Amino acid sequence: MSETSEKLSTFQAELRAWLEENCPREMRDGRNDETTICWGGKNWNFTSEAQRTWLKRCVTKGYTVPTWPVEYGGAGLSRDEEKVFHAEMGRINARYPLQSFGIWMLGPALLHFGTHEQKLHYLPPIARGEVRWCQGYSEPGAGSDLANVQSKCEDKGDHWLVNGQKIWTSYADKADWIFALVRTDKDAPKHKGISFVLINMETEGVSTRPIKLISGVSPFCETFFDDVKFPKEQVVGTINRGWDVAKYLLTHEREMISAAGGSMGTGRPLGAVIADCETGATDPVLRSDAMRAEVDTLAVELTLERYKDQAEAGGSVGDASAMLKYMGTELNKRRLELLMAAGGSDALEWDDGRAPNWLRTKANSIEGGTSEVMLSILSKRVLGLPG
Amino acid sequence: MAKLVATEEEVMLADAARGFLDEAAPVAHLRGLRDAGETHDAALWKSMADMGWAGILAPESAGGSDMGHAAACVLAGEMGKTLVSSPFISTAVIAATALRQVADDRANAALARIASGEVTYALAIDEGAKFNPDATQMEARREGNGFRLNGSKGFVVDGGHADRLLVLARTGDALTLFDLPADRVGITRQAKSMIDNRDAATVSFAEVEATGEDVLGQVDDAMTVLKPAIEAGQAALAAEMAGVAAGAFGMTVEYLKERKQFGVPIGAFQALQHRAAHLWCECEVTASAILNAGRKLDETPENASLAVSLAKARATDTAQLAVQEGVQMHGGIGMTDAFDMGFYMKRARVGAEWLGDYGYHANIIAQARGF
Repeated sequence: MSETSEKLSTFQAELRAWLEENCPREMRDGRNDETTICWGGKNWNFTSEAQRTWLKRCVTKGYTVPTWPVEYGGAGLSRDEEKVFHAEMGRINARYPLQSFGIWMLGPALLHFGTHEQKLHYLPPIARGEVRWCQGYSEPGAGSDLANVQSKCEDKGDHWLVNGQKIWTSYADKADWIFALVRTDKDAPKHKGISFVLINMETEGVSTRPIKLISGVSPFCETFFDDVKFPKEQVVGTINRGWDVAKYLLTHEREMISAAGGSMGTGRPLGAVIADCETGATDPVLRSDAMRAEVDTLAVELTLERYKDQAEAGGSVGDASAMLKYMGTELNKRRLELLMAAGGSDALEWDDGRAPNWLRTKANSIEGGTSEVMLSILSKRVLGLPG
Repeated sequence: MAKLVATEEEVMLADAARGFLDEAAPVAHLRGLRDAGETHDAALWKSMADMGWAGILAPESAGGSDMGHAAACVLAGEMGKTLVSSPFISTAVIAATALRQVADDRANAALARIASGEVTYALAIDEGAKFNPDATQMEARREGNGFRLNGSKGFVVDGGHADRLLVLARTGDALTLFDLPADRVGITRQAKSMIDNRDAATVSFAEVEATGEDVLGQVDDAMTVLKPAIEAGQAALAAEMAGVAAGAFGMTVEYLKERKQFGVPIGAFQALQHRAAHLWCECEVTASAILNAGRKLDETPENASLAVSLAKARATDTAQLAVQEGVQMHGGIGMTDAFDMGFYMKRARVGAEWLGDYGYHANIIAQARGF
């Protein structure tokens, strides 16, 4: 056994023992859906004592953000250790202790573009689940054409002044801070006049209004900026080069959305879920559709692994993340359609809980860039097709 | 597990293979064989053996390079791209893997003959129209110290030209694997005319004599030897199918850039761009399954069934999609015999059936995943 693999198996043994001792029973149901996620933040109400305990214990080990450097609140795990971490979490069906836009999106952007001071200031509270972030990208006139953002941000000498409207800001009404794309140069070409800024949601002039969706819940909001002042240092990366940060971050968002496929990753295989349902066991057509979905799920998961390995080996993934986003979200929609079909009329009642998840997946192929935008990116940048 | 990224060695192998095959076996080579009424090019196989491909899974003691299954998949993938006609999978992958399960001098000598290119093999397993080894009916009747084989095998891939046959036969309630010379008395071979112009035959056995020496592995225990061999073959075939998809896809994307209608390249139309991009996505996802199968076979061969079936199921599907989209996006020219796309379509159809179709492999996956 090589030194590295010995180190890895020591890590695995220690982790397994730690999880066995520290992960509360209630947190071992493999559920990581909208109703069971721990989002954290100043106003977070823990859904159970177990959820609170689980978060607290993971924070001490850096396991809320296992791959972040220790000084920023992570556990500093290598890629191999991260694989072990997920496998061991999956083995006991552990829920993630904390999920948030801070972890998925702002964190990676800050790690890449932030100053050391910004990292020290913003990352540890994310890792501890103390500050909850939301993302202010889309605007009424900037959806698929995201670079068309119009929220006006003016340099007032000792501060910035922003006016405008954001839409589809996920959980803006529950967030403590927002990272947003704003226009800092209206005369420059549209990609070259955008900056990536950080704004406290409690600042005067910031207001939010939830949007009720077909799933009955309101994960998205409208967010308004009316004469909002904020300090000059709350800009990530270079002024007017926010599009670079946004693009980098979208890559992470796309990987995240594609991987967040319900039971993809740690949960139970689709077949086992469907076999539980009366219809699934007896309906050969449904069984056959589910088998196809399962084949594709396994292959998409492997592709996610492969791209991570490739990125770690120094190869660029770049635009190909659009593939993961497209394939992952379309597949997730298929999976949830199958679970609804397997549930029959039982799944049609709101109280059953399946319907909101099913309806929620319909947004997966819209948010973070539609499937059609992904295909256009691939055809132009990867295949080199004209136009 | 080793990373799901091609190693430097694998990249070099792929480059070397591509260089050789573009010269020695472009699609025009297959067309040439077809036009000449041939299905096998012994000289081409000899050159491949000289490059070490025939011995890619043979141990160094038998003159092989012992590079492993992921490497064999790399070669098969490159062959798929230009529809190379050779007994690589039957001989260098399936037979070599079977022989490696039997670690004795005779097996090692047989591996040496494979590695040198001296001997080719075919796997005589199918009896019905679908791959189903468990349903084998062909009988090897015990007689004295040996056996008498009677029955018939269909769709024996590479069986028309192979020097030796691996034959699966029933010995009472169990199955036994025989390794026989193709010219043994009582064996007759009937070449089939296949849509992909590759070698396949019906092989009949009439009171064929076999001794204990002809049994590969143990009597009544074919699967210890055969299962790893079949899985290795399925993975390599999946890699070939992924290569077929890549070949068809590459031609199609080039055509989208060249062909003009309404005054613009047809690749400027979003309807076609999105179909092409979707196909690329499917190819990428399948590539992951292929790489994973090769790694699993090299590292935990006793536990590779799910990975192999996933690769074969995905590759089957992707190749089908690639050739169908290929013909559609080429329009009328894609339907002509003068154009190569039809060769890809026909090979994809044959590859889909050989060693288990989509449903066969999806069922294996379903069982492993609790359906």
